[in-house]
Amino acid sequence: MKVNLIGKHEKDSRACRDAMALTLLDMMAKDKSICYVDCDLMGCVNTKQLRAAYPERALEAGIAEGNAAGVCAGLAATGKKVYLHSFGTFSSRRIYDQIYMSAAYAGLPVHVLGSDAGVTAAFNGGTHMPLEDAAMYLSIPQAVVFDACDYAQLAFLTRAQADIDAVTFTRFVRKDIIQVYGDDTEFAVGKGVVLHESDSDAATVIASGIMVDEALKAYEQLKSENVNVRVIDMFTWKPLDEELVLKAARETGAIVTAENHNVVCGLGSVVANCLAKNLPTVQEFVGVQDEFGQVGPQSFLMDEYGLRAANIVAAVKKAVSRK
Amino acid sequence: MDKKKLEILAARIRLETLKVIHSRGFGHVGGAIDLADLMAVLYGEVMKFDPKNPRWEDRDWLVLSKGHAGPVAYATLGLMGFYPIEDAYTLNQPHTKFPSHTDRKLTPGVDLTTGSLGQGASSATGAALGNRLDGRSSRVFCVIGDGEADEGEVWEALHFACAHKLDNIVYFFDQNGYQLDGQTADILDHGNLAAKIEGFGLYTQTVDGHDVEAIYNAIQNALGKKGVPSAIVLNTIKGKGALFAEPKHDHSSQPKEEQWQEAIAASEKALAELTK
Repeated sequence: MKVNLIGKHEKDSRACRDAMALTLLDMMAKDKSICYVDCDLMGCVNTKQLRAAYPERALEAGIAEGNAAGVCAGLAATGKKVYLHSFGTFSSRRIYDQIYMSAAYAGLPVHVLGSDAGVTAAFNGGTHMPLEDAAMYLSIPQAVVFDACDYAQLAFLTRAQADIDAVTFTRFVRKDIIQVYGDDTEFAVGKGVVLHESDSDAATVIASGIMVDEALKAYEQLKSENVNVRVIDMFTWKPLDEELVLKAARETGAIVTAENHNVVCGLGSVVANCLAKNLPTVQEFVGVQDEFGQVGPQSFLMDEYGLRAANIVAAVKKAVSRK
Repeated sequence: MDKKKLEILAARIRLETLKVIHSRGFGHVGGAIDLADLMAVLYGEVMKFDPKNPRWEDRDWLVLSKGHAGPVAYATLGLMGFYPIEDAYTLNQPHTKFPSHTDRKLTPGVDLTTGSLGQGASSATGAALGNRLDGRSSRVFCVIGDGEADEGEVWEALHFACAHKLDNIVYFFDQNGYQLDGQTADILDHGNLAAKIEGFGLYTQTVDGHDVEAIYNAIQNALGKKGVPSAIVLNTIKGKGALFAEPKHDHSSQPKEEQWQEAIAASEKALAELTK
C-alpha cells in the first residue's frame, strides 16, 4: 500500500462517476469476459460510452432492476465478470432477494455499483437516499462491501472487484467529490488506510466515503486544540480490517466512527461488533441517527444529519471523556 | 424421436421422482411429477449434456425456475448417470446434495439455483445471453410454474429476452392450474396465459404436457425460430401418476404410507406395461 494523501479539502475537477466509467471502459477493452448491465441510468453515471463501444456486453435492462440482477447472476454462471449499476436505493432494496438468492447464495459473483451514496442523493430526495444500502449487503454471507471516498479509490475498487469471487457492493458519489488521494495511491481490499497517527493519539476516527474529508478537517481542528487523533479511512466495511481497528483501540483507547449511512447496521456497527468481541472500547457513532432521508442540497443535509467535522470533533471529545 | 422410448423414460422418471420424495416422506409431489414427460423429452432426445462433466461448456442448460420441482430433476439426472440414483434418496436430509429446491452448488447437473419464485426466469435469461456472447450453440430450457407466473419478474424476464432477441432459450409454462392455496383461476386469474406470453412477443405454442411427441415437436418448432425467444405452455395434470397428489383427489404433500405404496405400485405397473 502506497498512500499519497492530498487532503486539501478541494473538489476534484473530475466527476467521481468517471472513475468507474473510464476504468470499466479500459477493462472491457482488455477483457472480453467483463459485462456491464444498467437499469436506465447509464446517462447518470456516464456509461453510455460503454454501450457505444461494446453494445453486446454493456447492456440496458431497463427499469426492471430485479430482472437485471437475475440476468447478471445468469451471466456470471457462464463465466462472465458482471457489473450492475443502479442508484443505491434500487441496487439494494429493490434487488435484495435476487442478489441474495440468485447471486450470493448460488455462489455467483455479481459486482453491484450503487450510486448517490447517502445524502449525496440530495435533490432526488428521501425516496432515492440510500442510508441502509450497505446494511443490507453487510447481512449477506461473504458479501464484500465498500464505501468509496474519492476518484482514485473508486477507480481502484472498480478494477479490484473483477478478481473478487463473491458478491460485492460499492456505494459511491456520482458527481462532486473532494479529492482525498493522489491517483498514484495504492489501496488493498480489506485494508484500512491510516491517514494520520502519532504516539499521543487520544482517540481514533474511523471514517469512510464523504466522511473521510470531514474526519481530516476534524483532525486539523483538534490538532489546533492540541489534541492528536488517529484517522483511518475504512473503505472496506466487510470484511473489516479487524487488526487495524484493534490496534487503534489498544493504542488510543477511544473510537469514533463516521459514516454517511444509518448508524444502525453500518460502519459503526461492524466496528462495534469487532470491539465488543475482542476489546471493549469506548465508541461514539457519527452518522444518520436512524432517520429517513429528505430532499435538499448536500450541504444542508450534512448539517441536518450531523455529518460534519464539528460533529466528529464533539464525538471525539465525548469519547475521550468517557475513557 | 422414438415415442415409445420417451414414454418409457417418462414412466421411469415418474417412478423415481416418487421414490426420491418418498425417501423423505413429504414434499411437492404434484408439481414435480407433472414434469416427467417434459424431462423425458429434454434429456432423452433434445439436450446436449455430459454426465461425467456436468459443467461442460457446450452443454444445454435446464433451469427449474419452479425450484420446488427439484425431485423430478434429481430423478432424471440420476437416471442419466450424473450420480447413482440412490444418492437422491437423501432428499432433504442434513448435508444432502439434494435439497428441496434446486441448487447449482450442490447437485451435479443442476445449472442454476432457484427457489424464490420468478428468479429462475431471469437467471436463465442471463445464462442464454452469456452463451450467446460466447458464440456457443448451447440452449437454455427454463421451466416456470403457472402459479409462479404471478411474479412480475417472470414478465420482466420475457420482456428482456424479447428486447435482446434471445432465440437460444425456451420458456416452458407448466399450466397445471393449481398453486398452493388452490386453483390459479381462483387465486390470481391469469386469464389466457398463452395469449399474454404471446403478447410479450414470444413465439408461443400450447401442447398437452403429457404427450411426449407433442412436446418434442413443439421444442423442434421453437428451436427453429430465429430472432425471438420461444414459450411452450404445457397443459398438465398436477400430480399425474400419483392419485394422492392430484388436486381432484387428496392433493396431499404429506400422504400416508399406504398412499405412497399405492402410487409407487401404480407407477411400477405403468412402467411394466410399457416395457413388456
